[in-house]
Amino acid sequence: MTEPASDQGPAGKKGRVGVPAPSNLPVESRRYSLNLRRMWQLTALLMIIVSVGPLTVMTAIDYRVTEKSAESEILLHASRVVSNTKLAVEFSLVERMAALDFIVEDNSLVELRDCARVSEILDNLQTSFSGFVDLGVIDASGRQFCYVGPYDLAGVNYRDQEWFEEVRQDATHISDVFPGFRHVPHMVIAVRHDLPEEGFYVLRTSVETSLLNKLLSNLEISGEGDAFVINREGILQTSSRRHGDVLEVLDLQVPEYSEATRVYETLTPGGVPLIVGTSYIPHTPFILMIVKQKAALMEPWSATRRLLIGLLVLSLSIIVLVVVGVTSYLVNKIHWADKQRVAALHQTEYTAKMVSLGRLGAGVAHEINNPLAIINEKAGLIKDLFRFSGRYADDAKLMGIVDSILASVDRCSTITRRLLNFARDTDTEPVSVDLGETITEVLGFMGKEAEYRSIDVNIIIDEDTPKISTNRGRLQQILLNVTNNAFAAVDNGGHIDIAVGRKVPDEVVIRVTDDGCGMSDEQLARLFEPFFTTKSGSGGVGLGLSITYSLVAELGGTVSVESAVGQGTTFMITLPVAGATKGDGER
Amino acid sequence: MKVLLVDDEEELVTTLAERLSYRGVDALWTTTGRDAVALIRQEPFDVVVLDVKMPNLNGIQLKKELERIRPEMKYVFVTGHGSEEDFRIGSAEADHYLAKPLDIETLVATLMEVVRK
Repeated sequence: MTEPASDQGPAGKKGRVGVPAPSNLPVESRRYSLNLRRMWQLTALLMIIVSVGPLTVMTAIDYRVTEKSAESEILLHASRVVSNTKLAVEFSLVERMAALDFIVEDNSLVELRDCARVSEILDNLQTSFSGFVDLGVIDASGRQFCYVGPYDLAGVNYRDQEWFEEVRQDATHISDVFPGFRHVPHMVIAVRHDLPEEGFYVLRTSVETSLLNKLLSNLEISGEGDAFVINREGILQTSSRRHGDVLEVLDLQVPEYSEATRVYETLTPGGVPLIVGTSYIPHTPFILMIVKQKAALMEPWSATRRLLIGLLVLSLSIIVLVVVGVTSYLVNKIHWADKQRVAALHQTEYTAKMVSLGRLGAGVAHEINNPLAIINEKAGLIKDLFRFSGRYADDAKLMGIVDSILASVDRCSTITRRLLNFARDTDTEPVSVDLGETITEVLGFMGKEAEYRSIDVNIIIDEDTPKISTNRGRLQQILLNVTNNAFAAVDNGGHIDIAVGRKVPDEVVIRVTDDGCGMSDEQLARLFEPFFTTKSGSGGVGLGLSITYSLVAELGGTVSVESAVGQGTTFMITLPVAGATKGDGER
Repeated sequence: MKVLLVDDEEELVTTLAERLSYRGVDALWTTTGRDAVALIRQEPFDVVVLDVKMPNLNGIQLKKELERIRPEMKYVFVTGHGSEEDFRIGSAEADHYLAKPLDIETLVATLMEVVRK
């Protein structure tokens, strides 16, 4: 009628268990239609996608916008610096040219032929302006007829110099930086003054490149920046910190002509990204260049970027952890609920099977009882005929045969009565139950197995054990399951003790002890779980003890187990007396 | 003592009637409720022994029918459902209740006791 839900395995230590732990249930089980692992994977994946996707996209957009903003700020700042510096350089050169213009306008040629006067003017210039090295007056033939300065340039003829030709044509001239006769980098500023009658003369001065260097070195340029001046051939007019010394060729491309200030990105020959600002200085051959290392300029942005990426990674980690945790929790809950549902279905099926078996038993018993009654009466009539007619009253053999028939009928009627008693307990109303009688009744179905396997079954009922008010059918199922389990655990010739006693005034305890193989701690921990069995190959589905647990709980009791590997197992079922009456004592 | 045996198992009821006659009990028998009603209308009995489960008219219904005709009669139920629970239910419905297979001496003693009541 029932099967042992869980056999008792061969390994482990002594342990005790009382209540199944649903949280320890395995995640996957082949018994269920739900693919929980796939459900877990899909749920976690979808939740991660819908939460991580938008966050990542928004972060990427914000990253690009912030990066562009930082770059724009850098370019704008570079543009401002270039424009301001260009104005300063331009002003400085124009200022000196204006000073020369003033001199030629303020002094006559006669006065300028007086080198003492020119020397005095140079002194005044050097006092008022920086950079002036010397001062010379050159006639229309290119001969410098008056020169004051640190070098011996009096009488030098500049007729073949390009700058002289240029000033002769354009009236003013600012030269590139060149070494000149002195082999010292400098530039020349010259102005032409036309004489009233005919001819002209040129006032010329050398200006140290330190004038420009000083202007540029005072700049505070971020991003490991470098400010310098080149001419239109790409020759450095001032020294550069990173791109060469004065009069060397610049390692960067000469910017295209533009009246406006330009800022652009380029690469060094070594591939290092640069931010370059350029501006052509009007009326001069000079191009102002400010070059900055992009990596250095972007360093503050890099710090922000690291923070942004760090926060993103942290957020993603938290999201993934929460999603995985919540999904695992929910799927485990579904798994547990599904198990409970399947277990409930099996229990219902089991109960229905018990009811059907009970009805079948009752039907069989009833149908057998009628022919048994006829046999009984016919045999009784034979006995009556023998006895009352007196013909065979003293025939011991014939009378013995009739008595044997009657005794067999009595045995059969005992069996059918037991079947009927067992079958009728499908109702749910509690009745007063004698535990000793019920145990004896249940064991009546297993007597032959005990006999064939030489299993010694002892029933010990304490004298003060009361009758209990309970559902008799449920109690029979519980006892059948537990004793079946004990029979499965013991070897042939084993021992099973069933002891009943009063635990406390309101409770009785039934102990079913076997000396079988016992159970390991792992088996004990999962003993009452639905579908836990180590006998799946022999027809067990692992529901017997799970149902037993449910039935005991239904009757308001508890069940616990103690087991030691190789020593045996004890099931302790505690049931409430609930309006009990005094029992009959030991049987 | 005059007893009417009512059971749909003819083999059983005829044998039982014969065995009772050996013990001084005047037993008539019938296998249907309708015949039982007819017999009761004709003459009174001290005790009616009824099988609970019979086709058409069961023992409990038949008892109620017969009580209307002769309220003074006693009744003993017998049935193949011989469990303790059935015994309690049957006892509540009749003066006594016996489970098949019957022990003839127990039946006679029961009849005597019922008549004495």
